[in-house]
Amino acid sequence: MCEANRGCGECAAGLGVGLGAPRRRPAAVCRQPRPCVKCGDSAAAVVIRIGDGFCRACFREYFVHKFRAMLGKNRVIFPGEKVLLALSGGPASSAMLRQVQEGLSRETAKRLRFVPGLVHIDEGAVCGQSPAQREQNLAQMEALLQETGFPYYLASLEQALELPGSVLRRGPGAAGEPCPSYKEAVEGFIQQQRQEVADGDGDTSSAGLSTQHGPGGHPAAPRLPPAALTAELLRLFEAAETLTAKEELLQMLRGHLILHTARTRGYPKVMTGESCTRVAVKLLTNLALGRGAFLAVDTGFVDSRHGDVTLVRPMREYMAKEIAFYNHFFGVPTVITPPLSTKRREKTSIHRLMESFLLGLQADFPSTISTVYRTGEKLSAAPAEASSELQRCLLCLCALDIDGEEELALEPTLVTEETGDGADSRAAFIPLLCYSCRLTFKEMGPPATLPSYVRTEARHRSCRARMKEQIQEFLLEDDEEEPGTS
Amino acid sequence: MAAPVSLQVEFGGGAELLFDGVKKHQVTLPSQPEPWDIRNLLKWIKTNLLKERPELFMQGESVRPGILVLINDADWELMGELDYKLQDQDNVLFISTLHGG
Repeated sequence: MCEANRGCGECAAGLGVGLGAPRRRPAAVCRQPRPCVKCGDSAAAVVIRIGDGFCRACFREYFVHKFRAMLGKNRVIFPGEKVLLALSGGPASSAMLRQVQEGLSRETAKRLRFVPGLVHIDEGAVCGQSPAQREQNLAQMEALLQETGFPYYLASLEQALELPGSVLRRGPGAAGEPCPSYKEAVEGFIQQQRQEVADGDGDTSSAGLSTQHGPGGHPAAPRLPPAALTAELLRLFEAAETLTAKEELLQMLRGHLILHTARTRGYPKVMTGESCTRVAVKLLTNLALGRGAFLAVDTGFVDSRHGDVTLVRPMREYMAKEIAFYNHFFGVPTVITPPLSTKRREKTSIHRLMESFLLGLQADFPSTISTVYRTGEKLSAAPAEASSELQRCLLCLCALDIDGEEELALEPTLVTEETGDGADSRAAFIPLLCYSCRLTFKEMGPPATLPSYVRTEARHRSCRARMKEQIQEFLLEDDEEEPGTS
Repeated sequence: MAAPVSLQVEFGGGAELLFDGVKKHQVTLPSQPEPWDIRNLLKWIKTNLLKERPELFMQGESVRPGILVLINDADWELMGELDYKLQDQDNVLFISTLHGG
């Protein structure tokens, strides 16, 4: 509402705020933006939610507060822990990096307490960039990462082809050891800090947090991977028949590479910058892809399917619009790289289709995305029952959700073509995959184009499954007891 | 009779890919009978600046959902959106929050 004291009488501002009317009405033309709804002083610069205009200062406060509240509410990141930030260079992950930097630099009491590292994966090869463009992007990203002073790692998607098979296996989770409660951990950390300050020469920098780690990445290593590896990666992507399969493949490889980096460098947590908009789109896309059973894991705040490395999504409550405005107002540097399917028609992949559907709806009904998001928030991940590797999907590491395989209508369509070539035929992979991965797999090229770590692990699991079948009759079931033991 | 209006039109967030990668454009809108507003500006951009794939930037007479518009560094929703009357030396910034294009 435009207050009379601003002298802007013609502003009707009939936005139906608070009346629960979902449909957005266009604002009246106004030369001076109305005052900020929070402080009432400065002119509003950005509209959050439905019709709330915030000025720059209040918006910044809102933005920063949301990040800290997100971390504080969920209490997953323990003080002193090493956290890897996965940066694509895009707006959301850059905003996340800026929030982490701001959070770490505050006065002691309110400071964020973890130790960040940065990782960036160059996907230029599959996005159709020339080597010169890739070099340029890499240089820009490296400059950005270097400026933060945190240890950083640059990788390229081609390196995903050389991953070890252990990437597909769930690591030993922390479930066995008794975890200190969050509160105890914080208290312990603060005490430790006090101790250090008392012991040391009184300098307040806490160990590790502000020391400038040199770039822990590759010093003067060759920037782009060898052309042969790039060619192999391109062949893998060309062999995928649909754009949907390509997108899923890209996400899978990226995820595995980040996981591997986190594991080898000793980072128990990874933060990714998925915004609310992206999470809502992913929610619906994954439903369409047959991943309904895993929605909570794919879009929740915490994703612990890998056991030893936990994925955290702290930006999931920020709308893409808020992030874009924040980056523009406060000069957050980004490096935009074209994604997989830029400049193509709308309906080429399920991901694109869902994005244009949701955004189109959002334009007229501004609570669409937050409604989808909040509905998704109500889903909670089922406790991990499947512990043995045979019960997890080969590619996405979610629990295999296929029990009564015979009932699946999918079955006949999959076991069509190739004659059983043994371990490398398509049919051998099928029992190892969950429903949606089967669908994606069906659209990928022949198994020979898949990365070797996938094939090796698949062979290994098929072998074990066969072995288990063979000795099945000799195995004791849990409910049976050997006679003679008490 | 509206006088010629000179503006700075900028593109960010990937939208510049549709404009030959050029982020900042200094444009002068010719004089015409009706005053220039965002609606007319968009039509003008479509004919004069957009190099390829207009459907990736515009939808109907407005911008495609997912593209933000800032007028003088303020959200266009605060200024009247398509009906905002452009003035000389205004700055209009289009930021794409989409996945590309």
